[in-house]
Order: sequence, then C-alpha cells, then structure tokens
Amino acid sequence: METAAPISAAEAKAPLSPWQLFWQRLKRRRIAMAGGVILIFLYAVAIFGGFVAPYRYDRIDNNSFFHPPIWPRVQGFHLVVPRYEPGNGTFAYRLVLNDTKPLHFFVRGGKYELFGFIPTSVHLFGTGDDNYPVFLFGADQFGRDVFSRLLYGSQISLSIGVIGISISFVLGMIIGGISGYFAGLTDTLIMRLCELVMSIPALYLIISLRNTFPPGMSSAQIYAMIIVILSFIGWASMARVIRGMALSLREQQFILAARAAGATPIRVIVRHILPNTFSYVIVAATLSVPYYILGEVVLSFLGVGIQEPSASWGNMLTAAQNTDYLQHYPWLLAPGAAIFVTVLAFNFLGDGLRDAADTKSL
Amino acid sequence: MNLLEIKNLKMDFGKDADALRAVDGVSLTIGAGETVCLVGESGCGKTVTALSIARLVPTPPANYVGGEILLNGQDTLKMSSRELQQIRGGVVSYVFQDPGASLNPVFRIGNQIKESLKLHKPEKANDAEVIRLLKLVGIPAPESRIRNYPFEMSGGMQQRVMIAIALASEPKLLVADEPTTALDVTIQAQILDLLSELKQRLGMAILLITHNLGIVGDMADRVAVMYAGQIVELSPARELLRRPLHPYTRALMNSVPKLRGDADRLSAIPGNVPRIGNFPPGCRFAPRCPIAKPECSKKIPELLEVEPGRFVRCPFWK
Repeated sequence: METAAPISAAEAKAPLSPWQLFWQRLKRRRIAMAGGVILIFLYAVAIFGGFVAPYRYDRIDNNSFFHPPIWPRVQGFHLVVPRYEPGNGTFAYRLVLNDTKPLHFFVRGGKYELFGFIPTSVHLFGTGDDNYPVFLFGADQFGRDVFSRLLYGSQISLSIGVIGISISFVLGMIIGGISGYFAGLTDTLIMRLCELVMSIPALYLIISLRNTFPPGMSSAQIYAMIIVILSFIGWASMARVIRGMALSLREQQFILAARAAGATPIRVIVRHILPNTFSYVIVAATLSVPYYILGEVVLSFLGVGIQEPSASWGNMLTAAQNTDYLQHYPWLLAPGAAIFVTVLAFNFLGDGLRDAADTKSL
Repeated sequence: MNLLEIKNLKMDFGKDADALRAVDGVSLTIGAGETVCLVGESGCGKTVTALSIARLVPTPPANYVGGEILLNGQDTLKMSSRELQQIRGGVVSYVFQDPGASLNPVFRIGNQIKESLKLHKPEKANDAEVIRLLKLVGIPAPESRIRNYPFEMSGGMQQRVMIAIALASEPKLLVADEPTTALDVTIQAQILDLLSELKQRLGMAILLITHNLGIVGDMADRVAVMYAGQIVELSPARELLRRPLHPYTRALMNSVPKLRGDADRLSAIPGNVPRIGNFPPGCRFAPRCPIAKPECSKKIPELLEVEPGRFVRCPFWK
C-alpha cells in the first residue's frame, strides 16, 4: 500500500493560473531566459554601482590620461595589480616589471553614497593605493576610470528606459483606454492628437523641446527632462494600439456585465479593459525599453543630454566620436558594447515574452 | 405601486431619417416578487427592452423617442449617470446568456464577486461574504473556488457565479437574458431551479427573457410575447400556455417539436421575421399569419384586454 500523497489529487491537478502558464512557456525559451538573466545582472550591478565601481565617476587621475586597461593577474594565491609608468610619446604607458600590489576586496576607497543616501567608502575591490590604480576598461581623456563611469552611467541609462516606459505606457494606456471605450467624438479627437504627435519627426521634436528648457540645468533636472521628452513622444503609439484593443473589448459581454453591475466608465476602463491588454503591454514595453536607452544615447551624444562630469552611456560615447581616439584608445567604446548587450538582451527577452504571451504557441 | 412600469416605450436606432424603430410602444409591468417572461424570436426587441430598464443600451446609436420606465416610481430614462450607477446592480441586476463571456477572463471569480460588493455594499466586501454568496448559488467548496479563474469552471458553474454577482447587491429585480441558452439541458434545469429557489428566498422579481416555452411553463407568472418590437400578447402564463390567443403565439407553440405523434416534418412559421426598419404596414405579423384578412395590413391593431388580465394585439383572435 502506498503512503498517502502529501497533497490531494484535486490540488495537484489544479489548473495553472494564466501567470503560471505564462511563466512555464517563458521558461522553455532559453534565449529569452538568458536575456532576462543578463538584464537582472545589469540592473543589480547598476543599483550597487557605487559599491562595485572602484572609483567615483568624477575622480580624475592626472597621471593616467587615456590609460589602457589594467587587469589584475594571478600571482601565487593572490590577485595582483601591475603598475604602469609613463612611456615614450604622449599617453604611452609602459609596464613596470615586478612591481605589483595585491588586489583586495571590500577595500576602503573614495567616499560615495550607496543607493544615493547611505554614505560609505567601502568598494567591492581595489588596491587601496592611488599609485596602483585598477582600470578594468582603461581610462578616458581626463584620466577617469571607464569601468566606474560605465557603472554610474548605467544607473542613468538603464533607469531612463524603465521610468520612461512606465510614464509613457501609463499615459498611453489611460488615454488609449478612454479613446477606445468612449469611441465617437472623444475617440476622433484623441486619435487626431496622437497622429499629430506621431507625425512630428522624433529627433527634431526632441531637440526643439530640449531647447525650450533653460541652459545650466543640473544633471538631475536634465535626467528628468529627458524622461519627460521621451515619454511625451512615446505615449502616442501605445495609445493607438490600446485604443484598438479597447474598441474590441468594449463590445465584450463582460464589459456590459460590469456596466450592468453599476461600474463607472473609469472603473470599467481601469479594472476591466486595461487588464485584458496587459499581456500585450508587457511585451511591447520590454521591446520598447531599448528605444528609450538609445534615445538618451542620442541626446547625450548630441550634447543636449546628461552633461559632464556626470556619466551616461551616451555622453561617454561622445568621447569616442573622434576617429583618432578610436584608433588609439578603443576601450572608449566600452559603453557602446554595454548598450549593444543591453538592447540585445531586451529584444531577446521581449521576443520570448511575446511567444509566451501567445496562448496558441506551445 | 409596481416595482417596474414600462409605459409605451419607443426606442430608435439611429437618428432622424436613418432611425430604425427597435422597440415600438412596449408597456409592461412587474410587481414585487413576480416572474415575468419575455418571449419572442431573435431580433424582436426583447433584449433591448430589458437592457433599457437600466439604460444599458448605448446612446447613440440608440435613441429613446418616447415613453417612460418607472423603476420604484423613478423614471430611469431621466436619470443622471450617477443615479443610474446606483440603480444598476443596486435595484436591477442582470444575468446574461453566455456566462463564459460575461466574466472577465483575467480575474479570479472571488474578486469579481467582491467588485460587485464594493460597488453597492462596500462594508461587506470581504471573503466571508463572497463565500456565503457562492454557497447560496450552490457552488461546492466555495473556499477554494474563490481563487479560480473563469476558464477553470464549467458553463453551469460560471452561470452560478454570474448569479452570485447579480445577487451580491440584493437587487429588487433580476433580469435574466436567456440565462440557460448556452448551457446543456440538465444544467439548464439546475440553473432554473436555482433561480426560482432564490426568488422565493430573497423575494425578488425576475424578468426572464427566453425563447423556450418550456421555461415559461416552469417559471413564469405572466408572459409577454413580443413580435417585431411590439408586445402582441400579454397574459398569465398558465392561461397563455393552455389557450394562446394571438395567432403568432399559437404558431410559436405549434413550432415546439413534440416527441409523440407521427409528424414527419417539424412545423414552422412560414416566412421570416421582418427586418427592423422594414416592417409591413398594419399588423406586423399579417404576412405570415394563417388567419390574416385584407384589413390586417391597413392599420396596426391595438393591444386590448379581451379577457380579465389577458391582452391581445389582434382583432380576430377568436
């Protein structure tokens, strides 16, 4: 006789909720999962950016302009950092033999605020000696550590995508939901407005909007402004799609049932129509995040985005505009690689989400 | 005072020259605790009449031209949208034909019942009340069922959930629009039994829309037969089933297939229901009527009381 099962048969066979089914289908898509894991890693590193980065984004080392990458190497049981000294010619560096410093973890270094409000000076790794710098991705034209700036930059570049998407999608869903649910004249007016916004070439709109803001703003203000600008452009296309879905959903019987139960129009839109668009919205949002990241890159690249010395992937790439630099100091392209990986990861994840949201797929 | 009094309701779809009269002078009363059946072929205006009670037909395209709908003595056609939201669910609740389509597919049923409570009885919007309602409509193991999604339930269970949602606010009038059409016969019987039992217990009135005359016999106190936007016969259910007066009602009852007998063919009413906006002059049933006379096509006959409580829109009913 078998022992009783720990859960009853009925419980074991309980059908999965839509989200569980969604998750099961997503788990089967390796590339999407890989994209997701990469993104979780990138965002985690960005959140702990100040801790992971050995230096502050604005720490200038006057002896290390255009310093090539310095990688720790294994010596005995230690990781050690070699030392370079200025060589012949401008910005040339020469390895000093047998002069190394062990690399320490959780080392004291420059002060920073973890999560923006916990003052501390502990860094994940470092030598603790300014004469032995660790430049994993080299240094830029001011002798600043590219790796550290990449991490600080990711805080801006990665969060712009998520915050921008949140704002523009919430706007787009509400406006599109209202447009589709009420139909008629409301719908016509809102849709013409959307078309107006969409018909303006995005780049010109961005730059002209940028010019309406006063010069000399702080980095935080510019950051907020970029999000507002990108969201202002982004809501229209979302609103159109949601409007189309709302138009078909409003004819469904459960909408009539909700109205018959005394629900107000706003309640019907928010509680009944919009949740039925979520599977589309999540996919669309994931696939749209790269546009916001690239939008920030474009703005900063054109010099109207995040201003020096603050770091963003876009303004770091500005330094890589010069072909001369690129030829001699290719590590300045590191933010380009970071953008490439992030955008690709978002696209892989988005494709996987789309397949998983499609109930007809296996 | 009657719970519901529809007086000479006239409703068009479209405006002015394009107006199509969907409901043409319907008058109907429902007393507290009474069950009235609305019978007729598809497209005769049953559903729009019923939806009009809580003004659920979107205007436009619909357009109320005349008449009044007195619910508890207040005209719903003159209500503000705020008052209407109180009435909907609060005084009159609806149960629709296809329970699978009436439930929001992305929410657990417990939350959907709770939503109805939140709207009309916010102080009772808790799991205990939801479970009580699910028990009331005869759903087994309600404690675990509240976490189900609609697609995890059978049609009959879904319809029970819909009834629970409708009852959550303790309405005075339950409008059931073909509540069993999408269900199979045994479930149909269960749902109808449930409705009559709840009616007894809660003392609410029911307006039951159906085209199944068997249901009429089971449930109805009174029956209104509609044809092409008009009521053609209004009568206590028992008398109507025993002795239908209007030729359309008679034809309808003749069309019910009988298990006994040796008829090879099912009898049907010849012709089609006239299309809305294309009604024949005079009596609208005249072109299909077996006893039609030339004068039938000249003037629309009046709905007259020919016997106590029995109204017929046909001068030749004898």
